[in-house]
Amino acid sequence: MTKLKPWISLSGIGVFAVLLLAVAPLVLTDHWLNNLGKYCCWAIAAVGIGLAWGRGGMLVMGQGVFFALGAYAMAMHLTLETAGDRVPGFMVLYDPLAPLPVFWEPFRSAGFTLLAIVLLPVIVAGVLGYALFKRRVKGAYFAILTQALAVALATLISSTIRETGGDTGLSDFKYFFGFVLNDPANKLLVYLIAAALLIVCLLAVWQFYRSRFGELLVATRDAEERVRFLGYDPANVKLVAFVVSALMASIGGAMFVPIVGIITPAEIGAAASILMIAGVALGGRASLFGPALGAMAVGWGQSSLGSTWPDGWTYILGLLFIVVILFLPNGLSSLPARFAALRRRSPAEQPAPALAGAELEEVRS
Amino acid sequence: MDALIAPLLNGSAQGALLLLAALGLSLTFGQMGVINMAHGEFLMIGAFAAYLVQQVVTASNLSIPVALPVAFVVAGLFGLLLEVTIIRWMYRRPLDTLLVTVGVGLILQQAALQIFPSQGVPVEKPGWLDGQLTVLGYNWPLRQLFTILLATACVAALSAWLKYTSFGRRIRATVHNRDLAETTGISTRSIDRLTFFVGSGLAGVAGVTASLIGGTNSQMGAQYIIPAFLVVAAGGIGQLRGTVIAAWAVGVALSFFAYWTTGSLAQVLAFILVIVFLQLRPQGLFTVRTRSLA
Repeated sequence: MTKLKPWISLSGIGVFAVLLLAVAPLVLTDHWLNNLGKYCCWAIAAVGIGLAWGRGGMLVMGQGVFFALGAYAMAMHLTLETAGDRVPGFMVLYDPLAPLPVFWEPFRSAGFTLLAIVLLPVIVAGVLGYALFKRRVKGAYFAILTQALAVALATLISSTIRETGGDTGLSDFKYFFGFVLNDPANKLLVYLIAAALLIVCLLAVWQFYRSRFGELLVATRDAEERVRFLGYDPANVKLVAFVVSALMASIGGAMFVPIVGIITPAEIGAAASILMIAGVALGGRASLFGPALGAMAVGWGQSSLGSTWPDGWTYILGLLFIVVILFLPNGLSSLPARFAALRRRSPAEQPAPALAGAELEEVRS
Repeated sequence: MDALIAPLLNGSAQGALLLLAALGLSLTFGQMGVINMAHGEFLMIGAFAAYLVQQVVTASNLSIPVALPVAFVVAGLFGLLLEVTIIRWMYRRPLDTLLVTVGVGLILQQAALQIFPSQGVPVEKPGWLDGQLTVLGYNWPLRQLFTILLATACVAALSAWLKYTSFGRRIRATVHNRDLAETTGISTRSIDRLTFFVGSGLAGVAGVTASLIGGTNSQMGAQYIIPAFLVVAAGGIGQLRGTVIAAWAVGVALSFFAYWTTGSLAQVLAFILVIVFLQLRPQGLFTVRTRSLA
């Protein structure tokens, strides 16, 4: 893997910021800017997955759960904002006198909603991660358990039509913290917030990777036992990475709602969670920009190919998994290094599948 | 009493189906450390095989008995193909096999969606499965008894195969210590292929059973893969008896939770149950004693 110098990565983030925040709003049509905003939300979640999976070796296949926490918290607030003093329309569809469910009540407050978007994923990921990592549940078990959680949550939401909107989800938001959502200027504002949050997440991860914690995280991924023998508790290291990654997914979900205008269980279940993984794998799980760019590419494929040629898109997605994981375990971001190695005519430095030995031990133990 | 007996029998049947779905997964996971996420799609292939057999063997009394071995072989061949083309390159990267097989599963699902009608196909239930058996004053639906019997037969056959045949001995040797097995002249490559064939074939058998109970469509595999994996995790890797007990427990728990609450809440509760259980026994019900550190 190429080790970029810190300042190169930082200026990369700078270029990325200029492109997203200044160039894109000038060049793109409203429609595509909105799409780009959507990709930014997935990219935010993907940056978190890159941290947990690429650096930490924890394959989180259920990031939809945390995406959902942020998204539904935001959607509930926006729904209430739109409904004003009345009970949201879908609830009174079956029973005109239905009261607002108790857990909806606090989401009237903007402050509480913002706090919930941050705290809910931290609490859920904290409890789940603590329970799993302390008992040394890892590898495939961890992956499937998180996916099981995503499936369970999606099923739960689907079945509670009156409380959460069920399969139809929540939509038709008119206001965003007091701003009229339909106003193009406000739409631009929402996009800019999402793009800025993506840049902030990239900066956070950049700092993480340079820090002592980042080193410890990689060490834990590659040789957990040795880290333990050195006196660290790997469970804590993984927990921090997992919680941060959950938080990023939640932020991505929260911004997804005002940009896309709807959230349904289909956006958070197993398939959606796997789509997020696909982007990270394509871009390069352990690199700084790979996850974000990969997620944007997959998002773009989803909305352009997926809408015109949905059957073909599924095949492409499946093939993408197979080809990338089989031949390019470190994603597209490892291509330049590979080409460089070829050109030097040295025996090609195999960018070794970063997780090989340690993982095998995990599964066998 | 009725409130107890009905969910118990229901749950046992549900557990038996889970067991059939988990059996092959447990075999391939335990033996090779490969997590085959396309296992659910192999189950789906078995169900579609049952449908196709039914088109040829029109006597509905015969179609299911014929479909069982056919589904075993067809799903097994798909498994073999997957092993030979993709899995074998990835034995040292278990988490990556998980992802690659997710991709394979996606492709198989989409293919099924395009070959068969999207709302699914009907698999006719033979007449001899329709009745009920009245024992001790309770009505036992024959369909549920059949599932339980079939699962029992599969477990018995698999454990006998593992225990008494030379293939079985070689498989067990490979599970315990791959390098040592290799040294003693066992071709672990061909053992892997055989295991994958049998494991995938068992998914096909599970698919035939599933087609008798629920719908047969391109999405059916996805709903079995995660419960099946939870069963394998709770039972302990490569532990047949653990898988059996865990499948039964999860099936009964699901059935009781669904009886008291709703089907979707039951799934969440069952998930929490497995997490709590893994707190108590992170390695599952039964474990192979090793000297490894982790």
